[in-house]
Amino acid sequence: MQLLTMVIGLALATALWSGVQAINAEARASYDQAARALGETQFTQLIPEEGNTIPTETFVALRRAGVLVSPLLEGRLQLDDENYQLVGFDALTAPMGLVPNEAQQQVDIVSFFAPPYQIIANPEDAGRIRGLTDATVIAVDTVSPGVLLTDLYAAQAMLVRGDEVSRLLLLPNQPRNGTPPDLKQLKLVARSPSQGNDISRLTGSFHLNLTAFGLLSFAVGLFIVHGTIGLAFEQRRGLFRTLRALGMPLRMLLVLLMVELLFVSLVAGGAGMVLGYVIASVLLPDVAATLRGLYGAEIDGTLSIRPIWWAAGMAIAVLGTAVAAAGSIAKIIRMPILAPAQPRAWALLSERRMWLQGILVLALLAVALIASQLQGLVAGFALLGGLLLAAALALPIILSLLLFLAQHLARAPIPSWFWADTRQQLPGLSLALMALLLALATNIGVGTMVGSFRTTFLGWLDQRLASELYVNARSNQEAEVLQSYLAPRADAVLPIWNIEARVAGLPAEIYGIIDHATYRDNWPLLEAADSVWQRVASGDGALVNEQLALRENLHPGDSLELPGAWQTIVAGIYSDYGNPNGQVIVGLDALVKRFPDLQRQRFGIRIAPDKARALARTIRDEFGLPAERIIHQAELKSFSVQIFERTFTVTAALNVLTLAVAGFAILTSLLTLSAMRAAQVAPLWAMGLTRRRLALLELLRSSALALMTLVLSIPVGILLAWVLLTVINVEAFGWRLPMRLYPTDWAWLALWSLIAAMLSAAWPAYLLSRKPPAELLKVFANER
Amino acid sequence: MSVRALIFMILFAPSALAQGFAGLGSEAEGYLLPNPDTRFEFPRDHGPHPGFRVEWWYLTANLTGTDGRDYGLQWTLFRSALSPDDRPAPIWMGHAAVTTPDAHFATERFARGGTGQAGVTAAPFEAWIDEWQMTGIDRGQLRASGPDFAYELTFAADAPFVPQGAAGYSVKAETGQASHYYSQPFYDVSGVLQLPGGAVDVSGQAWLDREWSSQLLSADQSGWDWLSLHLDTGEKLMGFRLRSDLGSAYSTGTWIEPDGTPGPLAPGAFVAKPLRFHRVAGREIPVEWRVEVPEHAVDVTVTALNPDSWMDLSVAYWEGPVRVTGTHSGRGYLEMTGYE
Amino acid sequence: MTRAAVLTISDVWKSFPGDTGPIEVLRGVSLDLPGGDTLALTGESGSGKSTLLHLAGALDAPNKGQVSVLGHATHGLGDSQRAALRRDHISVVFQQFNLIPSLNVRDNISFQARLAGRGAPEWCATLADKLGLADHLTKFPEQLSGGQQQRVAIGRALAGRPALVLADEPTGNLDEATGDAVLDVMLYLVRETDAALLMVTHSKRVAGRMARRLHLRGGQLV
Repeated sequence: MQLLTMVIGLALATALWSGVQAINAEARASYDQAARALGETQFTQLIPEEGNTIPTETFVALRRAGVLVSPLLEGRLQLDDENYQLVGFDALTAPMGLVPNEAQQQVDIVSFFAPPYQIIANPEDAGRIRGLTDATVIAVDTVSPGVLLTDLYAAQAMLVRGDEVSRLLLLPNQPRNGTPPDLKQLKLVARSPSQGNDISRLTGSFHLNLTAFGLLSFAVGLFIVHGTIGLAFEQRRGLFRTLRALGMPLRMLLVLLMVELLFVSLVAGGAGMVLGYVIASVLLPDVAATLRGLYGAEIDGTLSIRPIWWAAGMAIAVLGTAVAAAGSIAKIIRMPILAPAQPRAWALLSERRMWLQGILVLALLAVALIASQLQGLVAGFALLGGLLLAAALALPIILSLLLFLAQHLARAPIPSWFWADTRQQLPGLSLALMALLLALATNIGVGTMVGSFRTTFLGWLDQRLASELYVNARSNQEAEVLQSYLAPRADAVLPIWNIEARVAGLPAEIYGIIDHATYRDNWPLLEAADSVWQRVASGDGALVNEQLALRENLHPGDSLELPGAWQTIVAGIYSDYGNPNGQVIVGLDALVKRFPDLQRQRFGIRIAPDKARALARTIRDEFGLPAERIIHQAELKSFSVQIFERTFTVTAALNVLTLAVAGFAILTSLLTLSAMRAAQVAPLWAMGLTRRRLALLELLRSSALALMTLVLSIPVGILLAWVLLTVINVEAFGWRLPMRLYPTDWAWLALWSLIAAMLSAAWPAYLLSRKPPAELLKVFANER
Repeated sequence: MSVRALIFMILFAPSALAQGFAGLGSEAEGYLLPNPDTRFEFPRDHGPHPGFRVEWWYLTANLTGTDGRDYGLQWTLFRSALSPDDRPAPIWMGHAAVTTPDAHFATERFARGGTGQAGVTAAPFEAWIDEWQMTGIDRGQLRASGPDFAYELTFAADAPFVPQGAAGYSVKAETGQASHYYSQPFYDVSGVLQLPGGAVDVSGQAWLDREWSSQLLSADQSGWDWLSLHLDTGEKLMGFRLRSDLGSAYSTGTWIEPDGTPGPLAPGAFVAKPLRFHRVAGREIPVEWRVEVPEHAVDVTVTALNPDSWMDLSVAYWEGPVRVTGTHSGRGYLEMTGYE
Repeated sequence: MTRAAVLTISDVWKSFPGDTGPIEVLRGVSLDLPGGDTLALTGESGSGKSTLLHLAGALDAPNKGQVSVLGHATHGLGDSQRAALRRDHISVVFQQFNLIPSLNVRDNISFQARLAGRGAPEWCATLADKLGLADHLTKFPEQLSGGQQQRVAIGRALAGRPALVLADEPTGNLDEATGDAVLDVMLYLVRETDAALLMVTHSKRVAGRMARRLHLRGGQLV
């Protein structure tokens, strides 16, 4: 029974941890693969100083100057409502490793270079796009999902782009005696390979959640294992003592025990890995959908087994067992050979231990407090860990106090016994309850975080995407034609012209907007100076996004230098979720005055929402504007909502799993305690309580404990969410999310945890209600 | 020479390779075929010949350094059409190499036509890929560089261009495959080699081959041995041997007088036999030959300056400078492919 | 013997499953115990003393025969009725004391009485006084000596003034002097409450303190 408990506990812990790790690893591998496919992680890149494109002549000029570079052109290609990242490369100059080897083997170079061209895609995508394009589609496993590879000139044709490329990869083996290129003159900037993996930065927040989940689940599992090992050892104390008394050396006993534990942990770890794999493969499609939707990150929907993942999983199972068993082993080492057996000693939470635990709680809180004063992600995690551990350790103390109060408030004998006895049970259950607390707090914390993110993000979308339609014309001329066409057909046409530039040394976008009620009413300003919109409109001030403001420590009133030696003042700060780069908004006239040749392709259209779709279609049909150049706000929003639903599926699944683990912890604790319970309830039975009544009281006890734990977990969960949202998020991603509370969710969680607690108590209670009197009478037997 | 056709076939027609060598000979549809009646017209013919499938500008030089050592270098630009009308544009490939008695450096470049990254103009003559270039054809500059070497030479020749084969119509097989082929074997060159050990001033002789065709190979031909020799008498000898799967070989060549007058050799009049093999890149390569041209009383031994002159590139082959001893002395270049 | 019997046992048979078939522990035992009477039940180990006590306490049911407490035949009662009978009229003093570890002395003493709805704080205080526990009321069982614990158990047994007090080797875990003292106070209090006492003991000395003695051998009273 204990063996089973231990194996299951360890397996569950390993499963959750490794499942989550598998998802994370898969996602990261996908990003890496994507980045590698685009040459981002391997090669120094030359990117335009301003704007998005580099003329092909620049590429040729560099090559002719003896600088070996290879061009890439990237763009969004929409095929049948799906967006793909089309990457055009030059097979003749591309460095080794840029294009998967398999692709090179499969491609027929003549067809690759000649219309209708060839597209290399992941098999899944290949199946989807075949027939949607004239190009021959070649399926290659190692291509990232969502990425289509094709010839550079094919990409120029498919994306309707001129003679231009997006960036240049600087090849590793430059010719001898080569001279470094004059980048300034070519209006290029070098970006070293490690920089600019935007996707992993963006998705970090999501993976952070998953990791937190995995870690907490694992901690919960360790609590279980710790408890069962402790109990198993304690129950075999007599045996150990006998063996020692018979002359078995301590070392041999320890070796035997360790071998046993190692074996168990390997078996359990293996089972856990399999389970984790199942969890991961079930959840991965939803995770993939979430990541694609939220961040545009493409990850493979299928899981590949990575040896490192197995090794790590097994290692953590064994190490976890070692940690959980350390205390028990130490106890055996210190065990005197001839001491009386104390079957309940392990469970006794002496006052002294309470005090010790209390001191530990205070110490952990102090650590958390110190960590909260420090900067950095590690400090954030220290804060998180300190708080959670302190909360878990404080739980038995707080529960004990609450039960003491309840006992003294109770008048009738049964309630007062009930509370007193519950309190006495606490030591045996405290590990399981701590596990439950952590599980519940995680649920509440992560739920609050994801919920806050959703609410905030959708609210922000509402504000930010105030226009019903957004159009990105293919050229300035087309934009002009479109605007005059639209002027009589829409309520308002709001130009959004922009330049790409570097602000405070990092890539940023500068947008010019006109003064319009749309912005005044909706724009999500976090901080603003007085008459912010007049300042922006008159060109006397600029709005910066939160990321830039946090990075540069900007506040309204601070001065800001923009490219072209343009000195202005920060008039306001707005939230800009999901954007890794800085962004600045200025008055349109001011921007045009300084950068007359800026991109004039974007504009928003205000129109009655019910007419938006029709207008979008009209633009598409009349002007042949590709679908991806018209954003229909309502559709984007509903898409976002959909994505969040997928996110919640993942979160909910993990919630259920962690709760299941905690429930299991309660069950195992109760089952192990039930052997002792007989001695404690038999006198009450003798004094006239029926077994059924006693069983009901047991059920009630578990529920009461679960409920109390739940109530306590709510503040802990909120604290967790607060740390995640305002400390770790900011440290990791540079934006703060306001916290929203969801009491309805807590009510559901309460229900679920009650059900879990009652389910886990039901079996031991049933056993009690069915216990034959003879069994109970054994308690009173004289021969013991 | 034919070896270049092989390179292109392997590089650009993998499907043809899969079907066997038969592919290239018959797949000339749409491409122009060499015509025995065509006569060269300069400077026009220094430039590219769209409509033909393959073409190259191929320069090799035998050099002596101020350090007294012998060197060899190669500068090659290939044009490979993807379609008879150059839509899409042709692919250009450059090979460059420097050989010393104990080292061999080789590198390659690729480029798409039409962008200016690579190309050839007839007048004024310029052939280039990336920063490699050959400027001028009677006299001019030549340069190339790789990760571990670079060279820069000036060259000049007063002699006329030498048509190979029958007035520039060079037959490659008994089944009639042929190319347009002319050479300039009379360049005097001097310049600087940049090598890992430092810079070396060099001077010597160079040989330019110009050749274009659409259909070079017969179905059973498996490899080629090609020689260009500068004899100390001032005479030049070009000879090649096309080895057949069937065990036979088709060989021919041109005897060039010191004034540039070509004397085409009849099939079989140029005889080359391997004397010594050397193991390089896992293959047995003949690096010493007995070469006989009975009608010109030539019976010489041709020995590689560096037997490890292996071009370890996308398409690998052996190409390097040789020394000539026997009835005649001199030096030259040897190219061999198809040794598996 | 004119008073009505509190406990009537007539021709009771009881067997337990054993490795080689049922083991007959009681084979036709009968006895009557009126209020105020004290009866010692002696016998060898395994003679069935405890089994008879459990049957008398409505903790177990006989295979054959009748056990009646205050006229209620226990075999005809359901689980909850039997529990109510125990709660209201029967209390047991065990050799292992079997106190409720989570309750203090006062709560242990009054527990069953309050369960039965007869919680009388003054009587409990008197009991504690007489049992010499007045100074230990807020202590927990694990803080008491064996003799003190047994006195708590006696207090608990008598706090509800039950009709029938059963005691299973109440002094078996105590040294002689302590045992005698505990026995004295127990007998005194049983008399005070006019309860009927059935005590299982293997000590002739303890048995000698009872009004009547019965010996159990081979599953039968002799």
